Amino acid sequence: MNIIITIVVTALAVLYAGLFKAKKALLPLTLVGLLISLTFAVTAWNSNTVYYGMMEMDNYALAFSSLTILGTIFIFLLTQNYFAKDSENVAEYYTLILFALAGIVIMVSYTNMSMLFIGIEIMSVALYILAGIRKSNFASNEASLKYFLMGAFSTGFLLFGITLVYGATGSFSLHAINQYLVGNYQAVSPLFYPGVILIMVGLCFKIGAAPFHFWTPDVYEGAPSLITAFMSTVVKTAGFAAFLRLFAGTFAPLHDFWMPPLMAIVCITLFIGNVTALFQKNFKRMLAYSSISHAGYLLFSLVTLTANSANNVMVYAAAYTFASIIAFAVLILVKQKTGHDTFESFNGLGKRNPLVALALTIAMLSLAGIPLTAGFIGKYLMFLNVMSQYQVYLVAFAILNALVGFYYYLRVIVAMYFKEGSDIVLETPVQYKVVLVLSVIITIFLGVYPTIILNLI
Amino acid sequence: MEQLLILLIFLPVVGALVTAFTGNAAKHVALVFAVASLALTAVVAGQFVPDASTQFVVNLPWIQDLGIHFHAGIDGISLITVLLTNVLVPIIILASYQHNYKSPAGFFALILFMQAGLLVVFTAMDAFLFYIGWEAALIPIYFICAIWGGKDRIKVNMKFFVYTIAGSLFMLLGIIYLYLQNPAHNFDIQAFYQLHLDPVQQGWIFWSFFIAFAIKMPVFPFHTWQPDTYTEAPAAGTMLLSGIMLKMGIYGVIRWLLPIVPAGVQDWGNTAIILSIIGIVYASLIAFKQRDAKRLVAYSSIAHVGLISAGIFALNTQGLQGAMIQMLSHGVNVIGLFFVLDIIFSRVKTNTIAELGGIAKSAPKLAIAFLIIILGTVALPGTNGFIGEFLLLIGIYQYNIWAVVFAGLTVIFGAVYMFRLYQNIMLGKTNDLTLGFADIKGTEQIVLFIICALIIVLGVYPKPILHLSEASVQQLLEQVNQKLTSVK
Repeated sequence: MNIIITIVVTALAVLYAGLFKAKKALLPLTLVGLLISLTFAVTAWNSNTVYYGMMEMDNYALAFSSLTILGTIFIFLLTQNYFAKDSENVAEYYTLILFALAGIVIMVSYTNMSMLFIGIEIMSVALYILAGIRKSNFASNEASLKYFLMGAFSTGFLLFGITLVYGATGSFSLHAINQYLVGNYQAVSPLFYPGVILIMVGLCFKIGAAPFHFWTPDVYEGAPSLITAFMSTVVKTAGFAAFLRLFAGTFAPLHDFWMPPLMAIVCITLFIGNVTALFQKNFKRMLAYSSISHAGYLLFSLVTLTANSANNVMVYAAAYTFASIIAFAVLILVKQKTGHDTFESFNGLGKRNPLVALALTIAMLSLAGIPLTAGFIGKYLMFLNVMSQYQVYLVAFAILNALVGFYYYLRVIVAMYFKEGSDIVLETPVQYKVVLVLSVIITIFLGVYPTIILNLI
Repeated sequence: MEQLLILLIFLPVVGALVTAFTGNAAKHVALVFAVASLALTAVVAGQFVPDASTQFVVNLPWIQDLGIHFHAGIDGISLITVLLTNVLVPIIILASYQHNYKSPAGFFALILFMQAGLLVVFTAMDAFLFYIGWEAALIPIYFICAIWGGKDRIKVNMKFFVYTIAGSLFMLLGIIYLYLQNPAHNFDIQAFYQLHLDPVQQGWIFWSFFIAFAIKMPVFPFHTWQPDTYTEAPAAGTMLLSGIMLKMGIYGVIRWLLPIVPAGVQDWGNTAIILSIIGIVYASLIAFKQRDAKRLVAYSSIAHVGLISAGIFALNTQGLQGAMIQMLSHGVNVIGLFFVLDIIFSRVKTNTIAELGGIAKSAPKLAIAFLIIILGTVALPGTNGFIGEFLLLIGIYQYNIWAVVFAGLTVIFGAVYMFRLYQNIMLGKTNDLTLGFADIKGTEQIVLFIICALIIVLGVYPKPILHLSEASVQQLLEQVNQKLTSVK
């Protein structure tokens, strides 16, 4: 609870600081607040506090809270002058991101359906505004509207599903629902099944899994890059944590029922994400589709539920988050300098910007899943999990998709190192360097010695 | 003892990190580290007892939750490939001295990184470690070929990369499957050797590994990336690919394929031999038609590797021992050939055979060196190529007489296209291009002298090398036969 309170208080403090035009204080204030909440998350380890049956700060919640808070800190470090050119009132943006983070912490720790809904809504409403933050930009407005309409739809599905489950079980509490399933395993109410499916559809909308992914590319492309970075890393991780908490925990007794449709979703997601990413000319849009395909790999952990599923999602989400943050950081730098975000604008970058190019290379290799990077360990754990249930064909299918992935992730490396381009030198502020170096270190460290996070949860 | 192997594997990594920050002095620094590795290898070879045991064993827990260990060691088979790597890398670095590559620090650092990956592959006793080394060797060579390569480098290397990574991903699938079958849940090679898999499982595992190895070697019909990649790569890249990297595939077959899935090899080895022999004949015929010397040598390499692959799947001592020595010889010879072509290219900017001729007149030293290398390649008795091809052909003969008839064509075809190559480049009339061709000097002379010396020494007295691997090869075959009888 301390975590959420700290984040919300920080958000309000930032808003007041904005009111009194203390522009210089905004970023330090935010970072201090986030570091304090991160400290709370880390020190609460193993404490397992339950809050009135609504939330439970178990290790699962704490691990995902820490990851999302750390991701948010990295993204705040990238805000250096980013919003300043859009508006005078930067404080609003900071506050909105912090509110979204508060919703995220609820999403990873809920033990009651109503808290799931509240968490998702707190997060989503903040994100609808953030996507449209460039008021005069057409794409940004489009992104915001699209995101809002699609989000509202998916929330509708989710709520309807929750209602049906409530109708069947008479409770919002995850524990009670689980007890109901275990107790009435042979005679689960017919209301329950459509409820599960509708909740699944609602959550698949949120994480951008195909065929509910249509909003993702447009919203990711239209929103300001930094917001896209936040949405595709921190928000996505939270969506998975929420998904997993519900399906791997509460709905696990019905695994045989919801696994086949989910398997179909996984296959479609992998295929559409990878194949469409292949044809993108725009780096940002490619990242959007690649994020769809990563949603597919992450869902593997639900298709084959084992004791390691939660931890595997944690490892994969960590690998994906830090690699994506590098990618978006470099994208922002390139866009600021060249004004474009196509692959061509990366041409010849390697010659004059060795640090940035090396960081982006390692990020791409990690996203593609090359050994000695965190991305490989993440993919390896997913494959291992699926193979352990002898679903060899699914792994073979995933491997073919991974192969397609290599192709499009290499394109930006090809552009940076192998193609001739203009001799641009990117202006890389110190904060960007810090984020890039730290993310690279985390990516390599988790790839070489992942032992520390393998048995976290 | 175990420190020695750790030092051997990580010295190139340290070398690469140091080299990356040395700017224009990179080539000297890289050479120092490569020679130091060579000296260390000499110490290892000196201390090695040529019996069947695995020596210098390192076994450290790495990712224990997943049953992954840093488990490496050297037996006779590993030692030959380690020798090959650490002898050839300094030669390749020295051979790159004449080039002024842009950003040399990156170039030479990548060579040393690749060396470390190769050494991991050749010494790994843990399947996961083997896979890591396998990929770690690929990434540097991809960058070497794609940054410093020729005009078509981007497209060609993308093909190369996707091909090899496709193979290795299916190998990963096989490795995970074996891991799950292993009751101890680890990747230890001895545990994999003990697994009891039925022939159908073995068949699947065979293909998941074989495709990865066949792409690397390459065996027909997985070879289509090879000629383009060899042609477009910078000279050092071609040498690394052909001299050392393709031996990863051969070594993989010997170390991982034969002993783990002998029944799979029994069922499908015939197919592998037929593919290899088709490759021999097909590549030789195409080599006849080549206009570009570098492409010709690339195709000849497919033919030679086909013979080695066929010899291994014959599953007898002669075939395997022939493969061991031929790995070494082929590495030396093919590097020699590509180096000579590189020298010619750097002087006259072309490798098109028809535009060359009469170089021997103005460059007699080069002509002699080239002749010795060609004699080694066509396996003249007294050169290093002879003993290897001889043993391989005996091995295949014992397997099937018709196989040896077609496999033996490689010797005849090889002699024809290689001597024609020599004739057209070195002899005949000089033209405007080759008039005043400067003879070899400096490092070129040193490199060619070392290569020629290796060709002759290995040819005249191959016994020490054969002796190194003999016991290990025997043990491996016994293991395979034992497992085969137990399956029946």
